[in-house]
Amino acid sequence: MNRITLNRIKDKGFLVTGIISTFIGLVLLLIFMADIFIEGAPRISWKFIVSLPSRIPERAGIYTAMMGSVWVLILTTIISFPIGVSAGIYLEEYAKQGRLSRLLEVNISNLAGVPSIIYGLLGLEIFARVMRLGSSVLAGSITLALLILPIIIVATRESIKAVPQSIRDASYALGASKWQTIYRQVLPASFGGILTGVILALSRAVGEAAPLIVVGALAYVPFAPRSPLDDFSILPIQIFNWISRPQHGFIVNAAAAIIILLIITFAMNGIAIYLRSRWQKRVSW
Amino acid sequence: MIRTREQIIETFLLISAFITIFTTVGIILVLAIEAFKFFREVSVIEFFTSTEWTPLFTQKHYGILPLLSGTLLTSFIAILVALPIGLAIAIYLSEYAPKQFRTYVKPSLELLAAVPTVVYGFFALTVVTPFLQSFIPGMSGFNSLSAGFVMGIMIIPIVSSLSEDALNAVPASLREASYGMGSTRLQTAIKVTVPAASSGIVVSVILAISRAIGETMIVAIAAGQQPRFTINPLVPVETLTAYIVQVSLGDVQHNSVEYRTIFAAGITLFVFTFILNSVSHWLKNKYREKYE
Repeated sequence: MNRITLNRIKDKGFLVTGIISTFIGLVLLLIFMADIFIEGAPRISWKFIVSLPSRIPERAGIYTAMMGSVWVLILTTIISFPIGVSAGIYLEEYAKQGRLSRLLEVNISNLAGVPSIIYGLLGLEIFARVMRLGSSVLAGSITLALLILPIIIVATRESIKAVPQSIRDASYALGASKWQTIYRQVLPASFGGILTGVILALSRAVGEAAPLIVVGALAYVPFAPRSPLDDFSILPIQIFNWISRPQHGFIVNAAAAIIILLIITFAMNGIAIYLRSRWQKRVSW
Repeated sequence: MIRTREQIIETFLLISAFITIFTTVGIILVLAIEAFKFFREVSVIEFFTSTEWTPLFTQKHYGILPLLSGTLLTSFIAILVALPIGLAIAIYLSEYAPKQFRTYVKPSLELLAAVPTVVYGFFALTVVTPFLQSFIPGMSGFNSLSAGFVMGIMIIPIVSSLSEDALNAVPASLREASYGMGSTRLQTAIKVTVPAASSGIVVSVILAISRAIGETMIVAIAAGQQPRFTINPLVPVETLTAYIVQVSLGDVQHNSVEYRTIFAAGITLFVFTFILNSVSHWLKNKYREKYE
């Protein structure tokens, strides 16, 4: 066999390797999901969703954890959305090229790389102890809001950057002020992209367990939170707790709760992808 | 009137941007202050040289090495999985696959990173470990091998996506010159595009390592909670992150040495990821200058 044929065979060989590599992760994920589904799906019922936690696996439900997750999601959105979008607007529209904007930029990209559990330590010390919020939904939500802030800021900046300068110039030419231009022209034009980024960031927040464990979210709470200052649990922590128990019944519960968590996460990702494609189609400059 | 309003709005936006600075300052202060208090009670030498970490036992030892070795071991296994697969994906997508295919595959791969990590932990503990145990008889129920493996699957998209961007940024002329000399796509990839994109690929790997080092739930669930200074992937270990979780779940008194150990572990973790992220940032800037 000569060298040319050998090289062609190697080339084809890598083609196969590449295709296998591309799909191996997804195939493994599918196998995992199938396994979870077989184990957990029979356990899912309306009763499982509305039941309180219990020592007996067959009676336990995810109501408190689920309501905790909903509370956290809502509060995190309320806190992170305005701050993240405002910071993005500032960096893209107001900040002058210079040391300050450079510092802000480097800082944000560094924050994006800080492990989530470190945010938990920040939340534990500052929000739970110094600000005396305790291990409340509010303390947890502020922590998560800070965690996803870099993602929202980056998404906001990229969407705003995509709005052409001509739109702003036209607005200024009609006598609009800077904020009027941003509020009435730039934001509506970039809102789809911003929303996509925010939803993706929130879907990450819903799945986070580590920072909230550190802040002090509990594995067992007898009631769903009624105010932002109540103790809470969330779905991922409930799952973690069930996984660490020896009885098989709790493993089944964990699988069932994972199905619900995955439905929420994938639905949010799906909405985000749908919004992105719709927005890209509609707005073409 | 409008001018005042504009001024107020700009100030509000500026404050929002500054919240990110406060966050960084807050993290550094909290970690530094608590770690400082910790080191008033525990000697720095013991912290860095003792190979035992038993702050929750009666016989207390405060050596960070077992937690550090657990962290590095699981991360190393993860990179062993993610680097070859991620790089193969990147080369395949940039050199072989049709463009259309790429636009569908890339978002699907991102899905791997979107799955909550507690779910990956469940996979590692209930699927991967029993599967591996059928081949490796002496394997413990908690081990760094399955945790590392699953973590590797999770970080594939970090390696593949950033490496692919780097490969795509290589000017087409280099590729065409290589084809013109009669090379195959694989030869072009190995001899031309991968070396030309090497700094971008290194950045992707560093970011993946940093992500693996900071990962918590997978290792807390599947790698065990026994600090052990070892490189044996078949026995239970404990990572820095898993230790923080373990203490947070327990009932530890505020203002005690035990409480401060999680900040000592935290600052170690923070320093590691900070160095890795800074190196990747520095490399990225250097590499950008090369092509633009």
